[in-house]
Amino acid sequence: MSVATQDTALRTGRVSRAFIYLFLLLMALFYLLPFGIMVINSLKPLSEITGGNMMSLPQVWTLDAWRSTWSTAQIGVEPTGMRPYFWNSIKMVVPAVAISTVLGALNGYVLTKWRFRGDTILFGLMLFSCFIPFQIVLIPMARVLGLTGLAGSTTGLILVHVVYGIGFSTLYFRNYYAVFPTELVRAAMMDGAGFFRIFWRILMPSSGPITVVCIIWQFTNIWNDFLFGASFADFDSQPITVALNNLVNSSTGVKEYNVHFAGAIYAALPTLLVYIVAGRYFVRGLMSGSVKG
Amino acid sequence: MSFLKIDNVTKRYGAVEVLHRVDIDVQQGEFLVLVGPSGCGKSTLLNMIAGLEEISSGTIAIKDKPMNGVHPSQRNIAMVFQSYALYPNMTVGKNITFGLEMHGVPKAERDAKLGKVADMLQITPLLDRKPGQLSGGQRQRVAMGRALVRDPDVFLFDEPLSNLDAKLRVDMRTEIKKLHQRLGTTIVYVTHDQIEAMTLSTRIAVMNGGYIQQLGTPREIYDTPNNIFVAAFMGSPSMNLLDAVIRLDGDDAAVEIADGDGAPVTLPLPIPAARLQGRDGTKVVLGIRPEAITDPDGADKSANTVVALKNVIDVTEPAGSDTFVTTTMAGKDVIGRMRADAHVHAGDNADLAINMDKAVIFDPKTEDRIV
Amino acid sequence: MASAPAQADLRTRLQNFIPKLVLAPSVAVIFLFVYGFIIFTLYLSFTDSRILPSYNLVGFENYSKLFRLSHWTTSITNLAIFASLYIGISTLIGLALATFLDQKIRGEGLLRPIYLYPMALSFIVTGTAWKWLLDPGIGLEHTMHLWGWESFQFGWIKNSDYAIYTVVLAAVWQSSGFVMAMFLAGLRGIDNEILKAAQMDGASNFQMYRRIILPQLRPAFLSAFVILSHLAVKSYDLVIALTGGGPGRATELPATFMYSYTFTRNQMGIGASSAVIMLMTIAAIMVPYLYAELREKK
Repeated sequence: MSVATQDTALRTGRVSRAFIYLFLLLMALFYLLPFGIMVINSLKPLSEITGGNMMSLPQVWTLDAWRSTWSTAQIGVEPTGMRPYFWNSIKMVVPAVAISTVLGALNGYVLTKWRFRGDTILFGLMLFSCFIPFQIVLIPMARVLGLTGLAGSTTGLILVHVVYGIGFSTLYFRNYYAVFPTELVRAAMMDGAGFFRIFWRILMPSSGPITVVCIIWQFTNIWNDFLFGASFADFDSQPITVALNNLVNSSTGVKEYNVHFAGAIYAALPTLLVYIVAGRYFVRGLMSGSVKG
Repeated sequence: MSFLKIDNVTKRYGAVEVLHRVDIDVQQGEFLVLVGPSGCGKSTLLNMIAGLEEISSGTIAIKDKPMNGVHPSQRNIAMVFQSYALYPNMTVGKNITFGLEMHGVPKAERDAKLGKVADMLQITPLLDRKPGQLSGGQRQRVAMGRALVRDPDVFLFDEPLSNLDAKLRVDMRTEIKKLHQRLGTTIVYVTHDQIEAMTLSTRIAVMNGGYIQQLGTPREIYDTPNNIFVAAFMGSPSMNLLDAVIRLDGDDAAVEIADGDGAPVTLPLPIPAARLQGRDGTKVVLGIRPEAITDPDGADKSANTVVALKNVIDVTEPAGSDTFVTTTMAGKDVIGRMRADAHVHAGDNADLAINMDKAVIFDPKTEDRIV
Repeated sequence: MASAPAQADLRTRLQNFIPKLVLAPSVAVIFLFVYGFIIFTLYLSFTDSRILPSYNLVGFENYSKLFRLSHWTTSITNLAIFASLYIGISTLIGLALATFLDQKIRGEGLLRPIYLYPMALSFIVTGTAWKWLLDPGIGLEHTMHLWGWESFQFGWIKNSDYAIYTVVLAAVWQSSGFVMAMFLAGLRGIDNEILKAAQMDGASNFQMYRRIILPQLRPAFLSAFVILSHLAVKSYDLVIALTGGGPGRATELPATFMYSYTFTRNQMGIGASSAVIMLMTIAAIMVPYLYAELREKK
């Protein structure tokens, strides 16, 4: 998305401007409230939440909930805290993002600069794979993972995320390389550079922005995935989203809201951090996922 | 022996044939310009010479060696692209020597060649800059440097001046011509600008619809166009094309057109009637270039057949060096070119002189030139 | 043909081969894991598979059973309600935010990321946050009571008739900022001179929007619709985290139906047939869209 503001040539009166600002601020409140309240309440002792007002600031500020959520909270049957699941997610996300991004870059390069008959259809088929409801592949995927002994392993999840991430990463790089001047590739070809040398020396140095977009997109998507994690993982590989759901839903007895909130924040932190640091690219990623070309 | 031989070359995309059996022989040191409107196949032909597009049938040979299927980098050719295609992440020096590096030329030799080329093009102070920091003209020089450093058999230029502003374009045109004269290289140059074609080339191939319409020296193309397309495409303002009827009277040949009032005017032709035998009374298209329609004082004194007539001037366009006038003949706008200080005004019934030595006649059906 | 084209040299042939070689693994993986799996699931939907896949064909039995299940009809009714409200409201809010943000608003740089950040969150996190906010015993209702508004009632999440609307609320919260971004990009892409010309022609602000700006946002509308509708059909995580499909079956969607029939109720044949229906729904929207997008590019 272009963030440059432009003069819209529209004139608005004083009253309508006041209304516009009011609306925009109320909406900002709407978006901030749920997560904001969650943060505030995660810093309260449990008694203050159940006995008090969720809108008020903590009387006693405490990091107890954060600490216990991380290392001792009961998730499922084990009092392990979120920590092992957080690492499960990291171990899954990093390789999956790296592999799908590299493949996407190479695919995009081939599909735009080494075109062949039928390449558009092939791309269409890859693109459609981004949009399928994953329910359609759950049963055979479970079988394949079972047969290959990858069921319940981080490796299995990496495979799944790479497979269903290729479509988007290819889309990003293809659209980016489509407007990369083909004459540069031709010039390099005439200079005697081959397939990989052209990619490495000519395209890669200009691919920084789209690589960031692609990495952010894949990171966000894979980190936030729940369906595959819930379907194909066991304790040693369950990602943090599944752990969070278990934490919130399976706790017996008193609902430890502050622990739930801290857990949710742990699960949200990496993607939020990425969003804050590279929000610009994140938005661009969202956009190219929809408005192609 | 021809240096670059394009023999019966055809290009097909699926069932669509975009280039039909093209034959061109280019001699060493020639400057061949391929010119034509967009979509005429000129760039496709150039890309086939470069090896960037496959040849569907026929042969392209350089120094008698067939190039079909040979990788572009192995053809010993260099190309200057329309966008210059400078690698944005490399310095000017790296840009120029990248090809040598890919061909495994040692560093010392690369640097020596770079120095020589940079000197010749006067870009030595730019060598450490990135292309993004260069002006259009400087980029153009770097692109030429990249081609020159390879010392290729054939230089290919793909509309290299179309991204420059008008003044720079004229300067660079002169520069390219100087370079050609100095180095005596063989050049194939694609453009859609007929002035570039006329000024630069030793020979021109005018193309349209995948066919070569005419191949010849600039003078041949301009004075004796093969057909109506070539006549109309080359020259600016373009040739006046008027409906006319042949009149033969004994040994004298003439054409008859209608003047501004619709009255018939007979214009004698400087050729014997025998050359138009059997065509008396047939319809033809008469082609007269604007510079052959002048004020009487501006007429070519050495011309044999100058016809004087009066016609009403509709519009005058002083261009500084000349004044262009528009008048009506045979129901069409006709443009003439007068001296800058000729006294004509819109609405005048002015004296005109038509130099029939330069007139050409086309068959309206086949559109080919008869005379 | 005068002369057959000479054989390409080794290097050229190799260079022609490498790109396809590089693309091959991805293509193979997509064909196997996407299209192969789709065919497999399609096949299963015609078999009597229960806890494990069986290869016994039973024709359309699963489909006829499926549509006789009230559980399934509830799911698709819910999907219809959810999808239409989710798409409609997100589009409206997104358009309003974008239009207003485009009025040279001070602090736009601050507001935009606030509208957008929910998109970075997992639906599980969103569900956790809203589940609690909507819980009458502790969330909004409770707070209002504490503030003295004793009669305030907001127990939708516990009410079978209204629970589906809480799913809409949370989903809109998550996605409407993204729709805003799409519309804002569309608005910023409109040639300013056209607006100036319209103003000179005497168009009022409202006329300008209706006659000039909205028509030019058509591509943004289309993209928003396509993206939101496919998200709606795929919705699974949010329901699981927010309501777990309840109360009762009040918020079951096809995605949760498929999961529970396949993996907990051991009715794999029926689960597969529901997945096929979901795929067909999405394909009906995506295929024409992708076809048009890819054709235009030529």
